[in-house]
Amino acid sequence: MTSSWRGGQGSRGARGGAPLPLLLPALIGLAFLVLPLVALLIRAPWRSMPDLLTSTEVWQALQLSLVCATAATAVSLVIGVPLAWLLARVEFPGRGLVRALVTLPLVLPPVVGGVALLMALGRNGVVGQWLDSWFGITLPFTTAGVVVAEAFVAMPFLVISVEGTLRAADPRYEEAATTLGASRFTAFRRVTLPLIAPGIAAGAVLAWARALGEFGATITFAGNFPGRTQTMPLAVYLALQSDPEAAIALSLVLLAVSIAVLAGLRDRWMTPS
Amino acid sequence: MTRSVRRTRRTRRTLQVTGAGAAALLALSACSSSDDSTSAKSDAPASASASGKLSGDVTVFAAASLKESFETLGKAFEKAHPGTKVTFSFGGSDALAASITGGAPADVFASASPKTMKIVTDAGDASGTPATFVRNQLEIATLPGNPDKVASLKDLTKSGLKVVLCDKAVPCGAAAQKALDAGKLKLTPVSYEEDVKAALNKVVLKEADAAVVYKTDVQAAGDKVEGVEFPEAADAINDYPITVLKDAPNAEAAKAFIALVQSTEGQKVLNAAGFLKP
Repeated sequence: MTSSWRGGQGSRGARGGAPLPLLLPALIGLAFLVLPLVALLIRAPWRSMPDLLTSTEVWQALQLSLVCATAATAVSLVIGVPLAWLLARVEFPGRGLVRALVTLPLVLPPVVGGVALLMALGRNGVVGQWLDSWFGITLPFTTAGVVVAEAFVAMPFLVISVEGTLRAADPRYEEAATTLGASRFTAFRRVTLPLIAPGIAAGAVLAWARALGEFGATITFAGNFPGRTQTMPLAVYLALQSDPEAAIALSLVLLAVSIAVLAGLRDRWMTPS
Repeated sequence: MTRSVRRTRRTRRTLQVTGAGAAALLALSACSSSDDSTSAKSDAPASASASGKLSGDVTVFAAASLKESFETLGKAFEKAHPGTKVTFSFGGSDALAASITGGAPADVFASASPKTMKIVTDAGDASGTPATFVRNQLEIATLPGNPDKVASLKDLTKSGLKVVLCDKAVPCGAAAQKALDAGKLKLTPVSYEEDVKAALNKVVLKEADAAVVYKTDVQAAGDKVEGVEFPEAADAINDYPITVLKDAPNAEAAKAFIALVQSTEGQKVLNAAGFLKP
């Protein structure tokens, strides 16, 4: 990765490597991705920023976002990693179909995901009505509902990432461990997990970032109430309608959090394979 | 060596192909996004010169509560003026106002409150003075059969009842707050929804027990919800203003559409949907 990148730079210096028909769209692409973020910084109301950011609503929303995204990532780890292992290591009929189903929330519009969650886990939903009548649990309009919505949208990122790493990892280490007497679960725990840890970390970061930015499924399934289900993206969307300056300020906070996460995990993310 | 050369050539070709594909996509999307404005622009002078002969697209941004009646009126308009096409964007009035001041191409704006209309007039995006064309009253929407025996606004404050309101930035939310203030009531909902239809649909889906919405929404939902009138609603009646926008790509047709909304025929449709006369 790094060597080819350096090579590219060298040949650009020699005016040989990057033909204009490629260079021009590439630069347009770069500008297209960076310009909106720069615009956000230019239009930011820096003077009123301290007031905007110290309001309790902002902190409530930010705190809720961080807690829910982290909880959604934890849920994804607990059930997503075993699912990835199943897809990568166990041959069973219809595995391709199962993989496609797991990936579906990745391409599904989040609002559709929210509607589907309502149909399944809502108070009147296929499963939700039993949760309600047996345990008195209703998920819509609760913080747990936010976590469910975010996990539904974010988990495929983790599963795909971990499954890819598992496929690339050499299964002979596990086989060696089992021939030496370890059970398959011990082999998974002591050999496979450390082997694929970078992949799990990368997947968890992706899932966390996706959960943090989740909007459609959250507002559809969990509603919008400050401190309970109003996460940062919802606060940004609603602020944009009444107070654009506040929306810009909130957006900058999310941007800063995203950059911090990328920077903090850059080494772990960029180096493996 | 030869293999690597061949490979680079192949990648280069695929790159060219994907590049061309992307360019085609870009061109396509550019077409579709500018499509309505250019066609409207090229049509507008012709329609103006042909004195009364309207054509082209009319884009109407309207409050979510107007959905059913405006769709009916849109069809009537297209029938009366062959060659025209009315496109609607329904949503929370505040969201629509924000997109209009943000430069969204639209001909007509019909909002559910003077306050959200003021966002547009203050930004200088309206042409002329907005006119009030209907008024709307709040009503409580409950589950079919009213199983929780909601009879007044005060009943909604009972604990254990899941009530959804519109967000305070949206006209129906502001009106609900006004009604609650008038009754000196404090209500903590489970959610502040982004527009009135979203609030109503939480009851239609039986996720919430009740919602404070407009009379017209209760009527439009048919037997999926039950309406409960309450006296405080009289203190929170919303005026609905409508206007042609300054940068309207098809101003002639926009004026004609507003004329239809204000005509006896238009008012008949709106009254049938439960709207009050201005």
